[in-house]
Amino acid sequence: MDAVVVEGLEKTYPKGVRALDGMTFAIPEGQVFGLLGPNGAGKSTTVRILVTLTNPDAGRATVMGNDVRREPAAVRRTIGYVPQASGVDREATGRENLQLQGRLQGMRSGDVERRADELLELFSLTDKQHALVRTFSGGQKRRLDVAMGLMHRPHVLFLDEPTTGLDPEARAAMWDELARLAAAEKLTILLTTHYLEEADRLAERVAIVSRGRVVADGEPDALKRELRGELVTVELKATADGRATDVVGALDGVNDVLTEGYRLFARVDHGAQAVPTILGALDDAGVEVAAVTVSRPSLDDVYLHYTGRDFRSDDEAGR
Amino acid sequence: MSAVGQTAVLLWRVMRNLSRQPIWIVFMLVQPMFWLLLYSQLFRRITDLHGFGTTSYVNYLTPGIAIMTAFFSGSWAGMGTIEDLDRGVVERFLTTPAHRVAIVSARIVQSGVVSTLQALLVLLVGLALGARNGGPVGWIVILLASGLIGAGFAGFSNGIALLTRREESMIAVANFIGLPLLFFSSILIASTLIPHWMRTASLANPVEWAVRAARGHVIPGTSWEQIVMYLLLLAVFSIATTVFATVCFGAYRRTL
Repeated sequence: MDAVVVEGLEKTYPKGVRALDGMTFAIPEGQVFGLLGPNGAGKSTTVRILVTLTNPDAGRATVMGNDVRREPAAVRRTIGYVPQASGVDREATGRENLQLQGRLQGMRSGDVERRADELLELFSLTDKQHALVRTFSGGQKRRLDVAMGLMHRPHVLFLDEPTTGLDPEARAAMWDELARLAAAEKLTILLTTHYLEEADRLAERVAIVSRGRVVADGEPDALKRELRGELVTVELKATADGRATDVVGALDGVNDVLTEGYRLFARVDHGAQAVPTILGALDDAGVEVAAVTVSRPSLDDVYLHYTGRDFRSDDEAGR
Repeated sequence: MSAVGQTAVLLWRVMRNLSRQPIWIVFMLVQPMFWLLLYSQLFRRITDLHGFGTTSYVNYLTPGIAIMTAFFSGSWAGMGTIEDLDRGVVERFLTTPAHRVAIVSARIVQSGVVSTLQALLVLLVGLALGARNGGPVGWIVILLASGLIGAGFAGFSNGIALLTRREESMIAVANFIGLPLLFFSSILIASTLIPHWMRTASLANPVEWAVRAARGHVIPGTSWEQIVMYLLLLAVFSIATTVFATVCFGAYRRTL
């Protein structure tokens, strides 16, 4: 069974901003699924519809078989939600936050205490459990956020930008925790992110979102493979000119050539086979080479491929 | 868990958080004492005019200060809600199965409880100044009226908070209603000394209902039927503003 089904969601905000424009995807039970896209692509709106905070204008969404509009109470019992803007009570301790969350989810008090102990341990917060949250570091607060989302052992966990605002060290630690969590608890996780690295690292499957709809959907490796081949980057000793582009572009197995300053990029079917041919051709043409690297395409390239736009500039524009 | 149980859980949270703000507690307790001491001294000779039903202004004033404190603190109750909205706490509650009414009513019940505690303190200070306030029965009526008027204004305040979602707007509304409602009532001065048109207008003021109920057993001249009627009116007022706050909560959720 699919834990989450989203079909043709549409949503326009009062000021005329079209947030969702036919958003469609499905997540099988137990999968870690990443919604990847720049700011303003509609990721958070999708999550807010799935956790019953807001309604779509059109389309349908179910979580664990329950329709988010018709059976919101049933949906709320099966989900954990870790919003982008925290939502912890700063004037309460870590433990009190977990207790409140458990009680509101209808857990019995004995179970609340056991589960709180377990989660405090899992997120290395046992030492801080009696400290007020306003004394927590950013990373500690974020870990408590996730723990609160897990309090009632939900079937589906929604993580909206789980590492935004964390410093690189705390982000890396959070990635470890989330990877461990996905393996340990039998959870379906929907995670939204505008970090390509994060999607690559955590998600088993990624949907790339742009302007309110999914433009590509698959395993990160498969998406990259679809770009066919690898990227050969050649650093030249002098600025690349038309001659270099021409000779490399004429070779068999080279699909595309681009130059930028001292560098030449060639998209090829097989990097290992293409490198000697490219180097030989450049040598014959009298172009001197300083270094060469072969890399597999990144999700960055995938985004560019499917939307025709650069990820980073879209991200800036949506901010 | 039932809506009542959830309200209790959420009430526990706000009371506990309040207890962790020592400055606020001092302010909350000192201010009513300050009003009582200051006004009872400043206007001490006002009872030379007739119509107060007592020659001791402290006797007259103490129930009034209890009610004034209660409705002031109720009017500001929306501030806590705005903080919860800003911090995402309300949204987190909304994604749990917690009953929507419980989320709103916890803050309203909190104001009722806080107002009752403040009134108790006013009564104790009044007692030290020589105002007996009608003995145990009088005290119970005053505490009840204070709790109800505090909760009633908290419902209104929370509704405004959910509609405006801005501290500035909240402050403007609380300031705007505070003093007029105080002066369109017999909190400070005997109703017979209030100009006729103002006295008539004050009959529509819930604060006046609360003062009349609170003072009913302290100063002769009010029947039990009238006291009970005013208390019932206050109960209706609190329920009405709770419904108002719940409707505003619905409006807020539709804007998400």
